[in-house]
This record gives sequence, structure tokens and C-alpha cells, in this order.
Amino acid sequence: MSTEFIIAAIVTIVGLTTPILLAALGELVVEKAGVLNLGVEGMMLMGAICGFGATVSTFNPWLGILGAAAGGALSSMLFAVLVLELNSNQVATGLALTIFGTGLSSLMGLSYTGFIVPVFGSIFPASLASDPYLKVIFGYSPIVYFAIAMVPVVAWFLKSTRAGMILRAVGENDLSAHSIGYSVKGVRYAAIAFGGAMAGIGGAYFSMVITPMWAEKMTAGRGWIALALVVFAGWRAGRLLVGAYFFGILMALELYAKAAGFSFLPSQFWAAMPYLMTIIALSVISMRDRSGGNAPACLGKPFLPST
Amino acid sequence: MAIITRRTFIQAAGAAATLPVLGNKAFAAEKIKIGFIFLGPVGDYGWTWAHNKGREQVEKELGDKVETVYVENVQEDASAIPVIRDLAQQGCKLIFTTSYGYMDQTIAVAKEFPNVKFEHCTGYKRADNVSTYNSKFHEGRAVLGTIAGKLSKSGTLGYLGSYKVPEVVLGVNSFALAAQKQNPNAKVKLVLIDSWFDPPKEAAATETLVNLGCDIVTTHTDSPGPLQILQQKKLYGFGQGADMSRFAPDAHLTAIEDIWGPYYVERVKAILDGSWKSADTWDGMKEGTVKISPYNKAVPADVVKLADDIQTGYKNGSYDIFKGPIYDQAGTLKVKEGEVMKLADLAVIDWFVKGVESAA
Repeated sequence: MSTEFIIAAIVTIVGLTTPILLAALGELVVEKAGVLNLGVEGMMLMGAICGFGATVSTFNPWLGILGAAAGGALSSMLFAVLVLELNSNQVATGLALTIFGTGLSSLMGLSYTGFIVPVFGSIFPASLASDPYLKVIFGYSPIVYFAIAMVPVVAWFLKSTRAGMILRAVGENDLSAHSIGYSVKGVRYAAIAFGGAMAGIGGAYFSMVITPMWAEKMTAGRGWIALALVVFAGWRAGRLLVGAYFFGILMALELYAKAAGFSFLPSQFWAAMPYLMTIIALSVISMRDRSGGNAPACLGKPFLPST
Repeated sequence: MAIITRRTFIQAAGAAATLPVLGNKAFAAEKIKIGFIFLGPVGDYGWTWAHNKGREQVEKELGDKVETVYVENVQEDASAIPVIRDLAQQGCKLIFTTSYGYMDQTIAVAKEFPNVKFEHCTGYKRADNVSTYNSKFHEGRAVLGTIAGKLSKSGTLGYLGSYKVPEVVLGVNSFALAAQKQNPNAKVKLVLIDSWFDPPKEAAATETLVNLGCDIVTTHTDSPGPLQILQQKKLYGFGQGADMSRFAPDAHLTAIEDIWGPYYVERVKAILDGSWKSADTWDGMKEGTVKISPYNKAVPADVVKLADDIQTGYKNGSYDIFKGPIYDQAGTLKVKEGEVMKLADLAVIDWFVKGVESAA
């Protein structure tokens, strides 16, 4: 294996990992606030079409990213109103958001089918970005660096800031947080919007970086892998980064094993690996910690204060 | 003696009032409904897009007599059954199910609706009211393989496929055999991604094939994603199902276009005049079902000639890529010198030819 080979493999892995890392980071914050939003796939698709549409209209990929974040966040607000104001079932509402996002993005995308935009690639000078060796560091879209930078930011926010602690309190015990005067709904609205924006940017990575075009359902189930990843990481940002790259490596391994004619395991087994690993991780977590691991105590439960 | 009470009068008047409405309805119902079940979104610019073009041609040519209904994104599992059944219940007289994975589902629903005709694409199970139709895509693959074998510098070609179904196996074999005629050492690396439409996975698989030394990658999945990757890497590939050159103007050497319109129009006409019979149709370049898109300027004139010769050969029946000797991956002689594989054998093929590197 030559260095070029390894570098090219790393570039592929980064491409596979970045969108699920972004979406999972957003979902981590949402779940830490006690809300389970299964609509990640729908929000990613909304981000993908809004990001692509904004890029086509403005010729500016940065505005495209803003559009993607806005698209994801706006669609998540629909979910937020239903589960926070009307206390609808979070699982059902999240699934509905996925179906809604899939349909609405297809509808919006009708007028963008067949367009292409320039790849939102590296912003470093070509001497760095296209260098056969240095591209392993400098050759990526700004979204990749943003995703990695957001890992410590989210970890620090949740662990060390006052706002982060309030958010966790809301997720662990909404009634107590409410009784000492915090706005449970307000915190959850903000968390859901953040989750939507991150999923939206993750979706835009597909339509602006990997394959700079719009195609219906182009996220092809990555939202579900992001959801599994949050559980796999035990609701911790640092582990989320490791887990995301672990999933990315598994996905790349599947393709390399097939292309290299390696038939030790059936191909479907590789495709199922992220989910299998999640189940194993869940089992390990629950065996080690009888209290149910790090799952926020109020996850998925409606907030029904008596006053 | 009929006593006209107020009540019966109202009934009669009501019946009379609805008569013109009924008349209109009866008139409208004369427009025969034709249903289509689509695998992907009609905007995939590939497989489903091409089938939808066929549907549009039916609307255009026979729109005064028929109306078409379609359902997109239908999964190839048991969930297809209620979707097909629903089209039959809506009154469709002819239903096209346009992917291999709807085979058993089509047969199952066809049993429930003996008066509705069905047409299943690329399958092999038929009934009195179920026809099958297919296209000899592998004829197009022979053209692509010729171009790839000639233009590849590394002699290692990539083939990105979906599942190990006869259509894909035929495509791989045809592509590999044609490439080996130009370059006897040509190898084909095959990746089957277990999906017809997954742009990010198609893109990653293309990167993987390129990293393993392939300088030309052909796709047997439905999105233009792989071509975009090849465009970025300044390598070459081919469109699948439709001309995809707008997505990758430099990388797109040519494409296999699926032309379903004439067949759909013919079968709908057969429904209209009552001559429809269960049949197995497998058309190709000769009948115009498989078309090769305009060549990219990167294809030199001598290669264009080679490619055109194959097209001509298929059109006049003088060429067949599945002419022996053909060896399988293990080197066993499968088709003897001078023999040509029969259509019935092609339809159920499950082995790859020598020079194909695959995991399964």
C-alpha cells in the first residue's frame, strides 16, 4: 500500500463521515435536551435542497450553507411546535418529519433537477489543496473543518457553559428545571433548531460537495445512521467523533472489500455493520451501567408541568 | 297505474338531473387508464427518468384515448403489492411494473385481477395476463467496453453495479469481453453497492475503484454521481439509462439510453384494439430500445469507428458479444469456440467472465 493509496482512502472516508458527523452532533444536543427527533433524514434532505437552491440562485456557496442551515432549522420548527406545544408523540412526529422532508424536498427540487454547481471544495491555495500529500490535511471542503471544529465546541458547551448545563438539566429532569424557573420549552426550541441546522448542513454536504447536484432522496438513509451514531457514542461528543469515523471506515471497508474481490463476508453484512455495532454498543453500555447509560432521563417524554 | 307521489317525482327528477353527469363520467371512463410503477424518483436522470419518458410518449401519442398514472419510489419488497393493487383498483387496464424486484409482486396482484393486464420489466415470470419485456442493455455495454478497452491506460476498468441480477451480470460480462477484444489484458473490478440509487455511496465506490487503479469507471446504478466524481478527477466514465453529459461534460464519453416509448405505445395500442397477448419481448439496438448517446470529443475517430461498427453489427445481426470462446472467472470454458449464447441462457446468467474481479 502506497502513501497515495492511503491518502485517497482517507479522503473517501472523510467524505463518508462528515455528513453523519454533522447530523449526529446536532441530534446529540437535541437529545441532551430530552427530545428525540427521528426526523434527521427529512431535515438533511431539506438542507440539501435549500443549500443547493441557494447556491444556484446566488452563486455563493457560503450563502448556500446558510440556506441549508436555515432549511434544516425551519423544517425542524414544524416538529418543535407539534411536540412542544401540542405534546404530540415524539417518535411518530419525528417519523412524520422524515416523510414530510422527503416529499417537500422532492417538490422543491423539481425545478433544480439537472442543474450542477461547482464543488464547494477546499479554500486553501491549490499548492496545498492539490498537493498529493498535503491534500490529506488541506484538501477538504470548509464543511469538513467546520464539522470537526464543532465537536469540541459542542462538548465544551454541554460540559462547561451555564447554558449547556441548563440544557442538560432540562433533558435530565424537565420538571425540576421548570420549577426553578428555566424555560423548558425555550431551551428545547433552541436545541431542536440547532439540530435542524446541523442536519441541514450535513445534507448540503451531499448536494454541494460530494455530488454537486440535486437528486431526490439523495441522502439515501444517512440520517438513520446519524441517529444510530448518537446512541453508539453514548451521548458524548468526543465519542461521537470517534464513532463517526469508525462508521465511515466501516462504510469504506465495505467498498474496498468488494472492489478488491474480498469475499470473506457477504456484502450485506458490511452494510449492516453500523447498526450491528450500535446494538452491541448499547448492550455493552447497559450491561456496564444498570441505570441505562448516559441516555438523558427525559428523552422522548412529553413535558407536562402541573402549573 | 303509476302514482306519482312527491317522493317518486323527486327521485325521478334527481335521476334525470344526474343523467348528464353520468353521461360525462361514462364518457370520461372511456379514456383507458394505464399505470406505471417506478423504482426511483422520475427526476433520477437515469432508469426511472427513461421509463417516465416512455410514459410521456404514451400520453403524447395516445393522450386522447388513454390517461397514465404513475407511482414513484416504490420499494422492491412486499410493500409494492398494495401499490400495484391500488393502481388496478383505480381502474388501470394495463400496468407496467418497471423493475426486476417487482416480479413476484406483479404475479401475485395479477392473480387477483385477471381482467387487468400487466407488463413486468426485466423479469422472467409470466402469466396469461402478465407479459415481460426487457432491453438488451448488454449490447450497449459492448460499445462502452470497446471504448473503455481502447482508451484505458492502466487496463484496469471499474464497474459500479447494483445487485447480482442477470441484467447486471450480462452488462459486466459484455463490458469485460468487449474491453478484452481491444486489450487482452484488460481487467474489470466490480463493486456491487446493494442499491440502485444511493448517490453518496456511488460516489464513494467510484473513488474506491479509482484508488484501486481504475482509470475508467462505468456505472450500472442510476445517479449521475459517479460521473461527477470522475469529472473532478479528470477521468472518464459513461452515463447510464440517459444522456448524463450535462452533469459531467468532460468525463461523459457516451451513455446507454433506454428508449421505452415505442414499446409502451405499441402495448397500449394492443390494449385499445384488444389484441394484447402475454408475451416475452427482449428488444435491443435493432429495435431501437437501446441507443448510444453522442460521443464525447475525447473519443478519437478510430475508436468512434470501432464503436459504430458494433452498433451496425447489432443492427444488422452480424455481431454478438456472447460468441465463444468464453471462459468464466475460474478459467473454465463456458461457451465453445464459434457458439453463441442463447437468449434463454443469457436471461438467467449468474457467472462472470474471466478478467472480472469481484467479491461475489
